[in-house]
Amino acid sequence: MAAVDNMVPPGEDAAPFHEHPHDPRRRDFINIAAVSFAGVGAIAIVLPLINQMSPSADVLAQSTTELDLSKIQPGQAIKASFRKQPLFVRNLTPAEIASANKVSLSELRDPQTLAERTKPGKQNWLITLGVCTHLGCVPLGAGEGENRGPFGGYFCPCHGSAYDTAARIRQGPAPKNLTVPEYTFTSDTTVTVG
Amino acid sequence: MSFPWAKHYQPKQPLMRWLDEKLPLPRLVYNAVGAGYPVPRNLNYFWNFGVLAGAALGIQIITGIVLAMHYAANAGVAFGSIESIMRDVNAGWFLRYAHANGASMFLLVVYIHIGRGLYYGSYKAPREMVWLLGVVIFLLMMATAFMGYVLPWGQMSFWGAQVITGFFSAIPLVGDTIRVWLLGGFAPDNAALNRFFSLHYLLPFVIAGVIVLHIWALHIPGSNNPTGVEVKGEQDTVPFHPYYTAKDAVGLGVFMLVFALLLFFSPNLLGHPDNYIEANPLSTPAHIVPEWYFLPFYAILKSFTANFILDAKLWGVLAMFGSILLLFFLPWLDSSPVRSANFRPLYRKFLGVLLLDVLVLGYVGGAEPSPGVILLGQIASIYYFAHFLIILPIVARSERPRPLPNSITEAVLEKHAGLGPTKSAMAN
Repeated sequence: MAAVDNMVPPGEDAAPFHEHPHDPRRRDFINIAAVSFAGVGAIAIVLPLINQMSPSADVLAQSTTELDLSKIQPGQAIKASFRKQPLFVRNLTPAEIASANKVSLSELRDPQTLAERTKPGKQNWLITLGVCTHLGCVPLGAGEGENRGPFGGYFCPCHGSAYDTAARIRQGPAPKNLTVPEYTFTSDTTVTVG
Repeated sequence: MSFPWAKHYQPKQPLMRWLDEKLPLPRLVYNAVGAGYPVPRNLNYFWNFGVLAGAALGIQIITGIVLAMHYAANAGVAFGSIESIMRDVNAGWFLRYAHANGASMFLLVVYIHIGRGLYYGSYKAPREMVWLLGVVIFLLMMATAFMGYVLPWGQMSFWGAQVITGFFSAIPLVGDTIRVWLLGGFAPDNAALNRFFSLHYLLPFVIAGVIVLHIWALHIPGSNNPTGVEVKGEQDTVPFHPYYTAKDAVGLGVFMLVFALLLFFSPNLLGHPDNYIEANPLSTPAHIVPEWYFLPFYAILKSFTANFILDAKLWGVLAMFGSILLLFFLPWLDSSPVRSANFRPLYRKFLGVLLLDVLVLGYVGGAEPSPGVILLGQIASIYYFAHFLIILPIVARSERPRPLPNSITEAVLEKHAGLGPTKSAMAN
């Protein structure tokens, strides 16, 4: 069918104006290829726009913390800072270790033994984030004279979550034990957290 | 787009005629909020609240742009820059209090606006799209308000950001990764503060854009009215200008009075003293509460205390978001063809109970969690969902509505039959 826009001028051969009706047509192919190319380009531009939101190099550079444990007496705890979050380091007394080991796992909401939450041979060093697993408040108990709650560990004043001497959740709305971050003992009295 | 009897824009001045040919902006205004937009003649003062919400957005944008000239979005100095706005910047205290209380006024009028829609069935066909866009605006407002509250970098700002971004960590598997991505760190810090400021500046303009769509979608069927009966003819409508521009101006005056009372006599009534303490990542305030307008949703979040298949925390987050997303389905959950609750005796009662329920949720959201309060919150949360998912569909199917008036005009004349002009005419 010759429409106005593809009419053959009088006296000329119609042959070069004919396209073979193969599928997909040459034009469709060029169209799909061009749009796909632009699409891939658009995705390539979106990636850095998404990735810029991730923690930057200077934030990640603070993601390990060195700690000196030599000054912490048994029964004492310190508050340090790890990735801008509070970190509790506690030197457990033998009595606290014994009371943590006395609890049977079936009683626990998030069953873990004290041994699983500490390093072998260093069971007295309990290192956890000071971030309540409910809504992220800082529990009490690491400072001198703070309320350690009914289970002798940590107590979150926001919604009343109580943690035991192994910082395991025992009562209240928090779903999990206080998080134990990754750490290694670099010597007998120093640890690298993160 | 409008009723056939709508007045046509006919500029008389040569300049306006010239402008109308090149850029018909005055024509657009005339047809949107001028004499060219016919509106039902029986609208009551509840129909003011759309305009009031628009005014509140305008106040927020103007005060916000000015505040941004004095504020520094850096975790090291943000708190100090707010204090300098309050103490040193000329009229800074006024601008900041206007912005902080303006947010409360905005949410207040929007809640009444939503309540109007629920009572008079404005969400029903043919206005579903108006309602859906309204819910989108509400969600954008909540995001904007939250991010704005973080900017002063006080204790409540910081811990609010901690708790609210913590919602995302409830998502299984990828939750913590998403949270770290959103914050640009492992806890709220400079990166988070900066992006919140950027988005807090952007979102109001997105809201303004969605409002344009909201009004566009509204003007296709035209405004609902207290009877819920469709417009039948010209006698049912009056032009928007001057009738409703005048009525809206009255409402705007009352709005400004309330706003001024809050702003000048009790500017910190709705705030938290803890936010005048600079953010401290190592010490949590004893009692974290969001702003008043989020309290009902916060109560729903807190109501899940036991794990059931999923973590209680995830349930809480799902329910809280669900309580708002539910509104997207409202036009299809309520199948009653009668719009106005004035003619739906049963729905009217249940809507009253829902209002009470939301107020109870608001109380629970702000209260210290004791076992009694938690139980109250759980009952109120269940009722909230039951209202939309169980009660509403059943009521819509079973209730016998009162007879509707034949037209808006008939309803108006009936209402004023006892006190028509004849009496005063006779007195003369």
